[in-house]
Order: sequence, then C-alpha cells, then structure tokens
Amino acid sequence: MKNIKTINKKTYSDTTFAGCGECRSSCQSACKTSCTVANQLCENKKRLEKTADTVTVR
Amino acid sequence: MLHTFELDGEYLALDVNSGALHVLTKLAYDICGKLESPLGEKPPVELFELGYPKEEVELAYGELYSLFEQNLLFSPDFVVTMPDNQKMPLKALCLHVAHDCNMRCGYCFADTGEYCGKRELMTPETGMKAIDFLIESSGHIKNLEVDFFGGEPLMALDTVKIVTEYGKSRASQVGKSINFTLTTNGALLDDETIEYLDREMYNLVLSVDGRKSVNDNMRRFPGGGSTYEKIIPAFQKLAKTREENGTSYYVRGTFTAKNLDFSEDVFHLSDLGFGEISVEPVALDESHPLALKDEMLPRIFEEYEKLAIGLVKRIEQGEHINFFHFIVDLEAGPCVYKRVKGCGAGCEYIAVTPSGDLYPCHQFAGMEDYRLGNIYSGFNDSAKPLRKRFENANIYTKPECGKCFAKFFCGGGCAAAGVKYAGGEIENNYKIGCELERKRLECALYLQAKTSSGN
Repeated sequence: MKNIKTINKKTYSDTTFAGCGECRSSCQSACKTSCTVANQLCENKKRLEKTADTVTVR
Repeated sequence: MLHTFELDGEYLALDVNSGALHVLTKLAYDICGKLESPLGEKPPVELFELGYPKEEVELAYGELYSLFEQNLLFSPDFVVTMPDNQKMPLKALCLHVAHDCNMRCGYCFADTGEYCGKRELMTPETGMKAIDFLIESSGHIKNLEVDFFGGEPLMALDTVKIVTEYGKSRASQVGKSINFTLTTNGALLDDETIEYLDREMYNLVLSVDGRKSVNDNMRRFPGGGSTYEKIIPAFQKLAKTREENGTSYYVRGTFTAKNLDFSEDVFHLSDLGFGEISVEPVALDESHPLALKDEMLPRIFEEYEKLAIGLVKRIEQGEHINFFHFIVDLEAGPCVYKRVKGCGAGCEYIAVTPSGDLYPCHQFAGMEDYRLGNIYSGFNDSAKPLRKRFENANIYTKPECGKCFAKFFCGGGCAAAGVKYAGGEIENNYKIGCELERKRLECALYLQAKTSSGN
C-alpha cells in the first residue's frame, strides 16, 4: 500500500481463546514495575502453532 | 474504535479492538480524522474538502477501506467472558519478608517500611507456610511466583534463603515451579549476596532513581549520606552478570514533581551500563509536595516524547536499552483475558505481611478494611465479598475504561490507586495514572513503528 504500513501481522483475534493463566501475574502498581499488561509475554508461546483448532492464525 | 496520533513526524493509527498498528501518510491520517465506522465502499464527500488531489484521496481511502474489510481498521467491539473462579486461582505472592527498611525515601508509600504497623521481619516458618498456602491454592497453574518485598527484603536474607530453598523443593515435588524475584534498594549488597541472588532469583528489581543528585535527594540513609555511591557499583556488578547470563533484572526508579526531566535519569542509567530500565511516575495523594498534578501533564508528556525519540536514536546506534514502559509485543503479547484484567490483586495475587496477614496486594498492607485473612487460618469468610469485587474489576466493569483507547494495553489500572487517590473505590480510575498510561502507549507504539523492519 502506498499510504499505509501495518506493523503487526497478528491481532487479538489470533489469541482470543487462550487464557491458560500460566503467564506472570501482573501488578498495576507503579512500585512493582508493571503498570501495564502490554509488556508481558505469553507463557504459552507455542499455542499459536499448536492450537490451530481454537486459534486463528492470520 | 480508532486512535490516531502524531509523534515526531510519524502518523500512527491504533485499531483498538484488533490491536493492529498502522503507520500512515499525512493524507491517510487526515482522512482517518474524518471517518466514522462503518465505512462505505465509496469515500465520503467531505474527504475531498481536505485539500488533496481527488485521485490521491480515492487511492488512500481505498487502502483504508481494504483494512476495514479485513477487520484491521474500525474493527468491531467484542466482549470476553472472563474465566470463572476455577480458572483464576492464586498464583503469585508478594512476600513482605521485612517491614523495615534501611533507607528513608521521600516518596515511600510503605511508611518507611512499617506499613502503618510495627517494624518486624518475617520468620522462616511464616514464609514456608506461605509457600504451602500458595501451592495448595494454585489449582492447575504450574508457573507460580513469589516476590520478596519490603521494606528492604535483604534485611531478612536468612528468611529469603530458607523460603527459596523450601519453595523450589516443594514446587518440584508437585510438578510446579516457582519463579522467585526480589526488589532491593542495594544497601546490603555484597559479593556473596550478589552471587546468591544471581543464582537463585528469576528476576531482580534494583531501586535507583537516576542521576546522583536526583537519587540522593529522594533515597536517603536514615543518618544521611549518599546512597548512590553505595549502590551503583553493586548494581553494576549484578546487572553485568545478569546481562551476560541472559537473566532478568531491572533498575527501577521513580520520578516525582521534583524531576520532571526524568528522561535524563533514564539516559544516565543507560550511560552507567544498565540495559533494562524502568523509571516510573510516583503515585501520591495530590496534597503531597512530590505528587504529580494535572497541570504537570503537558510537561510530562513532552518528556515522555523526548525519551521515546532519544531511545530511537540510541537503539539505531546499536545501544542495548529497554525502557520497561515502552515495551509492547504486538505479535506475541498477552492473550485477551490478560488484557481485560491486568490487576490480579485479591485473586491471582496476594500480599503476605511478616505476621502472616493476607492483603489484596502490597499497597493495601496495613489497611485493616482490606485484610483478607492470615496465612495460618486462610481467607476470612467475611472477606469473600471484597475478594469477589477484586475478581470482578476489569476493563468492562470499570466505568472509565470502556471508552479508553489504551484499555487492551493497560488492563484497567491499579485498584489501590483507585482507593488511595481516586475516591476510595477499587473500581475507580486514578486520572493521572490513566493519562500517563495513554501517553506511554503512544510512545511505545511510536517506538515500534520506528524500530520495526522496513521503516
């Protein structure tokens, strides 16, 4: 495209049905160096490859 | 919902409901400002009043419409049904091994370590009982966490060592693992302790505010004297080891009303050789002289932009520097459940005081109305309604979150900030915290756009 460059190849719809709970517990308090969930990683890293029946990979 | 913004000449669009990030030309950016969902196949006539050639507008609109059709622009809202309680068991403890501290920091939320109680250290017995409680309460979850916190946890190093050894052993017996972390002010770090922490801790948070003058103005020994001179060499040694081993650590500072030029503190820490840096806004009641106030927001926003632009330059020069609050993983970040409920306090996450009392998180420690029970007797029945409120607090139940473009990156904010600084309810949003979260997200997305391949 001439006017648009999309940065990410995957979107939330690719992960909507995860929710295994194995990721780090996040604290939103400033003093615990969190304040966001966005910088956390999914512990179930292989789910995108392994769970094609429940996850749509774009 | 679409959020468009400009930063340092980059025109960006975040499609809130899909998480797609687009870099736009100025033309596409201007067009987006005129659009409302749903898009039609043909461009609205008002787009031709923007002052661009007709063919250019039609081309850009066609590209935007193509993204709309792929659910990457103005994508539909969705509601996630949160997991039932069975799927959200306890998985993390904040273990207050020391309600005592060997520093006297100007912004301390913990009453210089006492948490409005008395100075005391946790016994190994209480710590081990907490480990049992965590494992027994953790259901199907295999990855557990314990954060040694204080006060200054190294004042209770014996307890830390015994609890860590016990926890690793107990967890492995039942097919689980515990990642131990520790937050320290560095005053008691010696070579032996550095070696121990590096070996046993999954993550280390090293508290330092940045420049010597800024750090020493806030982070003081009880009798005075520079804490900077004491802690920096030890932190550098520890950080070097962690970077060589590829293990986690952060140097972590706080900025207050007294150092709104905090990007200088981030870059100072970087110049000292620290690659993993977090410098965070202080959270205090607005009556406190160090508190951040509404009228400071434009200055803070400007500083975050300065920081983001400076980081891009350093990264382009090959420097290793991660600023914690600008890290986003657009490809393999958290799942939607996690994004809907960021704060795990009171359900997934519990704080345990030296006497074994349970609180929703460290911020509530010592607040009697929020005491949930004790490690020896378990959760109080009377605390069930409160725990339910914590479980239910998420971006759908917090009234301010629904309209916020940052909601899927923030996860709803801090419950304790709602109680302490925003009217006394865990569902309330701390306005300054929200404003800063939104600005940090813009900077983080800018950083992604600037450092992603092909740009």
